[in-house]
Amino acid sequence: MASAGASAQQDLAVEADRVSKVFGGKTEVRALDDVSVAIRRNEFFTLLGPSGCGKTTLLRMIAGFEPPTSGTIRLAGKDITHLPPNKRPVNTVFQNYALFPHMTVGGNIGFGLEELRKSKAEVEAQVDKMLQLVRMESLKARMPSALSGGQQQRVALARALAPHPEVLLLDEPLSALDLKLRKEMQTELKRLQSETGITFIFVTHDQEEALTMSDRVAVMSEGRILQVGSPKDIYINPVNRFVADFIGETNFLSGTVEGSAVRMSWGDVLDVKTGRPAGTKVTLAVRPEQVRVGVAGKDSGAGATVTEAVYFGTDTHLHLALADGTPLVARLQNPPSGDDGLGVGAKVTVRFADGAVKALED
Amino acid sequence: MAERKRRRFSITALPGFSTLAIVTFLVLYVPIVTMVVYSFNASMSVAVWGGFSLEWYVYAWNNTLVQEATVRSVIIAVCASGIATTVATMAALGTTRRGRYKGQTIIYLLINQPLMVPEIVTAVALLIVFASIKVATGYTGLAYLIIAHSAFCIPFAYLPIRARLEGMDLTLEIASADLYASPWRAFRRVTLPLLAPGIAAGAMLAFVISLDDVIITEFVKSAGQDTLPTYMLGQLRRAVTPEVNAISTALLVLTVLLLTLFYLLTRRRD
Repeated sequence: MASAGASAQQDLAVEADRVSKVFGGKTEVRALDDVSVAIRRNEFFTLLGPSGCGKTTLLRMIAGFEPPTSGTIRLAGKDITHLPPNKRPVNTVFQNYALFPHMTVGGNIGFGLEELRKSKAEVEAQVDKMLQLVRMESLKARMPSALSGGQQQRVALARALAPHPEVLLLDEPLSALDLKLRKEMQTELKRLQSETGITFIFVTHDQEEALTMSDRVAVMSEGRILQVGSPKDIYINPVNRFVADFIGETNFLSGTVEGSAVRMSWGDVLDVKTGRPAGTKVTLAVRPEQVRVGVAGKDSGAGATVTEAVYFGTDTHLHLALADGTPLVARLQNPPSGDDGLGVGAKVTVRFADGAVKALED
Repeated sequence: MAERKRRRFSITALPGFSTLAIVTFLVLYVPIVTMVVYSFNASMSVAVWGGFSLEWYVYAWNNTLVQEATVRSVIIAVCASGIATTVATMAALGTTRRGRYKGQTIIYLLINQPLMVPEIVTAVALLIVFASIKVATGYTGLAYLIIAHSAFCIPFAYLPIRARLEGMDLTLEIASADLYASPWRAFRRVTLPLLAPGIAAGAMLAFVISLDDVIITEFVKSAGQDTLPTYMLGQLRRAVTPEVNAISTALLVLTVLLLTLFYLLTRRRD
């Protein structure tokens, strides 16, 4: 079915092209604001953002539950913007699972295949295969109300995967599970994705989930996509303050551009590329694990005072104040002795790992 | 409320609560028990006990007027509850399968109108309309009663169906659409099976309400169209015999059975 020359489009599973969604009513809400994103075939793609950022709205549009106010949604290059959900080869795992309470586990999983008018034997075989895939073989005849939350989650997954959709949409599917089960399901989802070869679009507000599971992440805020990239890319090179703050922990510093370097608020000059003219005020970010803490009078670096030391077992978070009062958190791995002797009030020096300080867009 | 926090208020702790409760139950059930007991009375009188007998049941059973009235009542109740339940189901689907909308309250009021307008007003209104139709067409069949009963049964069927729909997760319908079900298939395979207990409950309630109606029936019926309740009313106007007690007791048993079924159906929520 592949035609030569369409390879660029063939590689894309889903494209949103300048999609906007305005919810009417007395106060207009712009849930999505001119969003464009291209999701590749077979990738685990995550839409990450705080609640109300538009990630679920975008997902519902790809599923066909909600029409965009403007813009186009394409599936494998085909315009599906106005196709109803039952005509899209896309399935959804719902946040509350939405299992049919009057059907057995097997009935739930077979629903989509039956609606696709598959033969009885085919449905039966595929249901069994799915039950095996999610390791629920023994529960085929159970009713959903007789299942635990984790089991319901697996049935919901199996039901959505059974018709072998081109794209699987997952709407915060792990949010209702407890921590241990959630970790288990994260691994499980990765396994299912690589075993089935289906494109997964995953919605979450949990940055750790996004970092550990995804091939690529789109960080969203207030109806816009701020940055798309691999988890590493987004963690190391956040484009702006929101992304840096939302993904992991970050220290924000301020400085003024001086030539090809930046003069920091406490007077030191750091070699940071900004691409902005001299005299411009810039915000910079540095991760706590990239802060090197030394002994005052022995190691070089900017002087700082410990204001608080929080012990976390594997590491200690040192809250520091630089000469001008700028707060800074350093994460230090704990030595075998368990104590680095840095208490509140201790004088230390601070350096940053090479390339660890990043200038942010405003 | 602040009042509640200071001193836990319990109505059962008020003086005279148990007395009031007992009196209320007596007022509710003594007449019914009396009626049931006297339906087995061997004597002709309604007030003097003359020994146990089933003669009034036999008498009522063999009375062709009672037979005809019973058949008529059942035909009307079956037709009216069928029509009312169908209309009520559609109305409930139309009023709940969406978010809040303008005029929602007005639509609820319009649907539930028969619950609020005094029945006598509806009866008089129907009498006037039907009388002119009767004159114009010459038709005097049961259709008038069926239409009238269907109309006032709608809210009774509507309420349990709407309650059931409101408790239903809308995502289930979205999920079935996501799994390739057309809107009609989604309705058939998901909405309708989940709604079935509500529909059954609504139908039963409508059936009982229709079976029991006197006022509207009395106004709308043509000559010789007595239903069971209007026949009994006619009997009481002449002489009160325990036959009426027997018929009432039979109706009571039927109603209790239906309402028990209604309860069982609505209770089984999940």
